[in-house]
Formats: sequence, structure tokens, C-alpha cells
Amino acid sequence: MKFGIVVNEGPYTHQAADTAYQFTKAALEKGHEIVRVFFYHDGVNNGTRLTTPPQDERNIVKRWSELAQQHKLDLVVCVAAAQRRGIVDRDEAKRHGKDADNIAAGFRISGLGQLIEAGVLADRLVAFGD
Amino acid sequence: MADETMEEGGNPTGVVKKFMYVNRRAPYGTVYPLEGLEVVLIGAAFEQDVSMAFVDDGVYQLKKGQDTAETGMKNFSPAYRALEMYDVEKLYAEKESLEARGLTQDDLLVSVEVLSTAELTELMEQQDVILNY
Repeated sequence: MKFGIVVNEGPYTHQAADTAYQFTKAALEKGHEIVRVFFYHDGVNNGTRLTTPPQDERNIVKRWSELAQQHKLDLVVCVAAAQRRGIVDRDEAKRHGKDADNIAAGFRISGLGQLIEAGVLADRLVAFGD
Repeated sequence: MADETMEEGGNPTGVVKKFMYVNRRAPYGTVYPLEGLEVVLIGAAFEQDVSMAFVDDGVYQLKKGQDTAETGMKNFSPAYRALEMYDVEKLYAEKESLEARGLTQDDLLVSVEVLSTAELTELMEQQDVILNY
């Protein structure tokens, strides 16, 4: 089955960020296809490489980056939600005159059209959050 | 790349699915209603079969006369009136939610179809994609 995944909550605050990862990983292990993981609302905070959790805790951002690399996942951070919350890639930083970017490896910033497209392409769009 | 094919809108896949956006929160307590509305407005360019349902405190999003001046929040309620221009015309409000809050169609800034919980449930079962805000 083709799944689209939507992550609507930020890391550590809300279990949704963990459950989305566990679901995605389990689906891949079962041989399903993940057409895209789309990060929206505070979910965009799953995509900052500046995250530095204590060493004995899970690193949620790194975990996504590694999964993306292993399975060529398309991890998309919504540009509108990202701008509000300070998640930027190099292009966005340049465009808005910011002195740094913080997008993590394996993530890309794009528009809400990517969410709609995931809904169109997937057999099931599964959203994680309240 | 997908980005180039769908970012500008249109529907290169030719697939039309039923998308329902379920709005169940009060307009300003959280960012969900505002960002949910952004999905609807951007998504309208992709030629899908779109509807919006307003349930629970979500019916307050459609309340006439919203004044956010003293809260420092942007009043985004005029955008609901623009939905028609985006061809988003199927708006449903749950009867029980309106009644529980003492609201009627006359209190709302756009025209909606009022459905009972049972009717709305049936409609939801017909959807391909439901996004909840």
C-alpha cells in the first residue's frame, strides 16, 4: 500500500512525532511505500538540525534523517509553517536575509501543494497529531 | 519533479479525490484553524473535490463580527467569504454543535449546509482524504 504521512506536532512535546516515525518505519519494514512525509504546524520543528537532545535520549531529527537516507524518503517541511517557526534552508535564509539556515539532512522545504499531492498519490493519508 | 508539476496548481495526475477539511477548534486559541484554512486556499488550485465541515468549537470560526483588535491576532475570518472564489462551495456545519453554542445560520458569515451528526458521519465515510484542523 502507498502511504502519505502528515506530522502535525513538534518533537519531544507530543507523542505524535514519535508515533509518525514508528509508523513510517514499520510500514517500510512491511514492504509498503511511503510516498511522502509532510511536516506541518509545529511538526516543522522535526526538521531542524540544531536539535541537541541529552545523549541518553532519542534524537528525533537524526532518526528521520537516517530513515530518509536508508529508504530515499521524501521529507517535506511546509514553507508557510516553517517561516513562522524559523525553519529555513539556504535559499530561504538568503531570500529573507537571515544569517543562518537550520534544515536537517534529508528534509526539504516546499509548499502546501505537496500535502495535497501526497493525498492524491497515496492510498491512505495518515496524519499524526491532535 | 513533483515540486514542479504540482506546485503551481492544476491537476497533472487527472485524479480527483474527495478531500474534506474538518474544522473543530475555536479560531484563535491555536494556530490550527488559520493554518488549516491556508491548506484549503492553496489546495483549491489542485482541482480536487473539496468540502469543509465545521464541528464542535470549529463553528465559531464562521461567527460574524469577529474582532481580534485587542488580542494582537490577525482576524482571518474574512477569508471564509473568499472561499467561494476559490470554488470551495461545500461548507457544512454540524447541527448539534451550532445548537449547543446557541448559534444559527444567521450568526454565520457564510452560507452553510447544516447537517446532523449522523448525516455528517455518512458524508465523512464517502471521503478519500480527511484532514483535521
